Amino acid sequence: MATNTTALKGAGPVTGSRSFFARLSDGDEIARLVTMVFAATVVLITAALVWELWVNSSLPRQKFGFSFFVTSVWDPIMDQYGALPFVYGTMVTSSVALIIAVPLGIGAAIFLAELAPPRVSDTLQFFIDLLAAVPSVIYGLLGVFIIVPVMRTVIYPALNKPFGYLPIFKGPSYGVGFMTAGIVLAIMVIPYIISVSREVLLSVPRDQREAALALGSTRWESTWKIVVPFAKTGIMGSIFLALARALGETMAVTMVIGNTPKIAASLFAPGYSIAAVIANEFTEATGDLYLQSLIALGLVLFLLTFILNGLARILIVVTTQKGSEVGG
Amino acid sequence: MLAMTGVCAFVSVLVLFFILGYLVFNGGTSINWDFFTKLPKPVGEAGGGMANAIVGSGKILLLASLMGVPIGFLGGIYLAEFSGKGMASVVRYAADLLNGVPSIVIGIFAYSLVVLPFKHFSAYAGAFALGMMMIPITLRSTEEFLKSVPRMLREGAMALGASKWKTIATVIVPAAYRGIMTAILLALARVAGETAPLLFTAFGNRFESHGWSQPTATLPVMIYTYAVSPYDDWHRQAWAAGLVLLGLVLIINILARTILSRGIAVPRS
Amino acid sequence: MKRFAGLAIGVLALCAIVVADNALLINGAGATFPYPIYSKWFDVYHTKNPNFQFNYQSVGSGAGIKQVTEGTVDFGATDGPMNDDQLKAFQDKHNGVGILHFPTVLGADVPTYNIPGVTGALNFTPEALAGIFLGKVTKWNDPSIAAANKGVSLPAADIIVVHRSDGSGTTYIWTDYLSKVSEEWKGKVSKGTSVNWPVGLGGKGNEGVTGLVKQTPNAIGYVELIYAVQNNIPYGTVKNSSGNFVKADLGSVTAAAAGAAKEMPDDFRVSITNAPGKTAYPISSFTWLLIPQKFQDGGKRDAIKGFLKWMLAEGQDSVEALSYAKLPKEVVEKEKKAINSIQ
Repeated sequence: MATNTTALKGAGPVTGSRSFFARLSDGDEIARLVTMVFAATVVLITAALVWELWVNSSLPRQKFGFSFFVTSVWDPIMDQYGALPFVYGTMVTSSVALIIAVPLGIGAAIFLAELAPPRVSDTLQFFIDLLAAVPSVIYGLLGVFIIVPVMRTVIYPALNKPFGYLPIFKGPSYGVGFMTAGIVLAIMVIPYIISVSREVLLSVPRDQREAALALGSTRWESTWKIVVPFAKTGIMGSIFLALARALGETMAVTMVIGNTPKIAASLFAPGYSIAAVIANEFTEATGDLYLQSLIALGLVLFLLTFILNGLARILIVVTTQKGSEVGG
Repeated sequence: MLAMTGVCAFVSVLVLFFILGYLVFNGGTSINWDFFTKLPKPVGEAGGGMANAIVGSGKILLLASLMGVPIGFLGGIYLAEFSGKGMASVVRYAADLLNGVPSIVIGIFAYSLVVLPFKHFSAYAGAFALGMMMIPITLRSTEEFLKSVPRMLREGAMALGASKWKTIATVIVPAAYRGIMTAILLALARVAGETAPLLFTAFGNRFESHGWSQPTATLPVMIYTYAVSPYDDWHRQAWAAGLVLLGLVLIINILARTILSRGIAVPRS
Repeated sequence: MKRFAGLAIGVLALCAIVVADNALLINGAGATFPYPIYSKWFDVYHTKNPNFQFNYQSVGSGAGIKQVTEGTVDFGATDGPMNDDQLKAFQDKHNGVGILHFPTVLGADVPTYNIPGVTGALNFTPEALAGIFLGKVTKWNDPSIAAANKGVSLPAADIIVVHRSDGSGTTYIWTDYLSKVSEEWKGKVSKGTSVNWPVGLGGKGNEGVTGLVKQTPNAIGYVELIYAVQNNIPYGTVKNSSGNFVKADLGSVTAAAAGAAKEMPDDFRVSITNAPGKTAYPISSFTWLLIPQKFQDGGKRDAIKGFLKWMLAEGQDSVEALSYAKLPKEVVEKEKKAINSIQ
């Protein structure tokens, strides 16, 4: 049997033809096993979570089956539950949040990584990181005290008068609603996009930029066409983080979304999200079907995250150019 | 176009200063020595503070980091350095899923695992919930930044005869150190402000908690309790607590970056 | 790395040092409504008895019931009494030991509104309230409202209903009242801590509803009396079963309880909405502490019994300052006897 172990200890491939216990004495193998255990723990935790959710939501599955996904009724007294309005609300608010936060975030990250002097960049980043630490309750309160009135008095008239014929801008505004929740979420997720994107952009090797400039591109061209695509996977990763945060945000959303389990086309209408309804009703839910239906909603959110992540990954694979994969 | 990016950055920072300003304006008056040293008082009585919540938050955050960061960090090393494509995809997916779980569901999960069997709320239950939430950001970022270390560093080390794990420990990780540190601090900042996972794990305490197995007061839960009360004095204290929480995170940021600053100076582009 | 590890372990070890503390920690969870008075009581009681630390967290009535049933806290608190299923669940989990209800204070739900130009107290009939919350009365100048408010110019604006989005005892009291005065409400929506509201926005917590009503012109919502008083928002009178429009205050709430006191069941689970009495406020309610009938820990049992006795005596003196109504004397006497059954 050909061996591919080389003379240098540990410099060759770790797996090979030696027995497991012989390999154990090799520092590399231990490192591999130890880190593998930790990586596996992550999968284990997630699997345990899903399993707990699955096991504790058997009643609504038995009773409603597939109709749970497409029913719009949520009645704790009559014990009728449907997930549709919450799924709708979660998706709409997260979409609004990303539409606002991604351009702003990436733009700011580009500025901080490419244009700002290092000192300024570091200091500003410090402050932006603090945004991530503001408790969600405070975001909710600020949403209620500041954004809700502004929505009702400034933003709504500005969008409804000229564009009121569009379904998304139709109808009255109470201040709370999908758009308000989306705005609050956008503020909450921006630090993740900026922080991670900036670090990724900073780690793009200098020669990439210099090569572009040497070929005569402008500063903007070299940034937008060379550096950013190079950092593409990292930036997408930061958007994933932001999306995940937006999907799961509980406190802040429930204070500004209006908590009405109805589907409406207008962004100004009040709505509800999965995380918000779980937060509102879980602690008071009595009765097994009620409780388990809330847990089933948690499972639905999991499914939603699963699908959205999958779609986004496909998107990356489809749009990835050669050379944007980081070497090493 | 470049000017536009400046505008974006400006807007983001503006938002933060606005929030800070609001907190200072509304809660600044409540920050005094008592706030940091006294226990909470019932409504209507002057004085009182959140000493127990400040200590409680610190304790739980520390334990949460010790639980979550190693898993994320070492897992990230595995993904970047050792694993095959299949396993890597699975782990990444799992981490992304975990990240998207509503904080209240994590709280419920931690409740059923760590509170119910022992029949009491505790600081370590709260830390468990928060630690779980720190894992995804740490894992993904560690992997990302390790992968971005230039090839030449790895090859140089190996050419000098270093084994794989030595290369990782002494060359690659220090080179990616900045990015990883940023991510860990970001994860910490995020969980520092979470309320929902703590409500049914650490619960809350009007008094000081001793050790790890008692219900523990934390700043976010105090903020929540006070903010939804009908009393102006408590509202002010809630805003003040928000400020203190931000201050706590800021201090942790500064301490972490200075005490633990090491690393290879990879030339910054 | 070594520095960090050493530092971390050092701090962890420090935290784990359990400072010798003779105080007994007794944990409770439950309703948010009585939180201000409970925190005051427990604070005063602790000053008198430094060996006992009562730690009460306001996580909600339902959560209080759940946690005391699971045994993670020593006592619970709720605005809506436990129903038979919940009582049975507690017994099943505690080897047949039951749980007792102890009324502590009285509170009330009030209808609060924000109508530009209207500063005084509007009069609401039960029909008007039910109609508004059912979504059938849609404008402020509807005859059912205007008839009771002659002389007040009500706008022809749409009524924006605000209700609670989180499960709550406040909702329980409100829907319990509406179920009693409106057959249609009873059939369509019924009573509970969380219901399927026909119309309206959901606000989280009393504070959320107050905030929404304050911010939204032409809105109406229901909140605990304290919130309305503390936030200085207008709230209306409600017509009681004797035909009088009564505004919620300490006197009218106590009057509602006095009527019920004579027929108080032994387990104290009673609803006093729409109570008889000329001056009774119709949307009043008791709030209860939930105490298990048997305690393993003798220290905790004695502490709780001592607290209950104190609460019924000196404790009642401090409730009115915080806008809660005292318990009627008959109820207090009955409770004193019930304390003896805690083992």
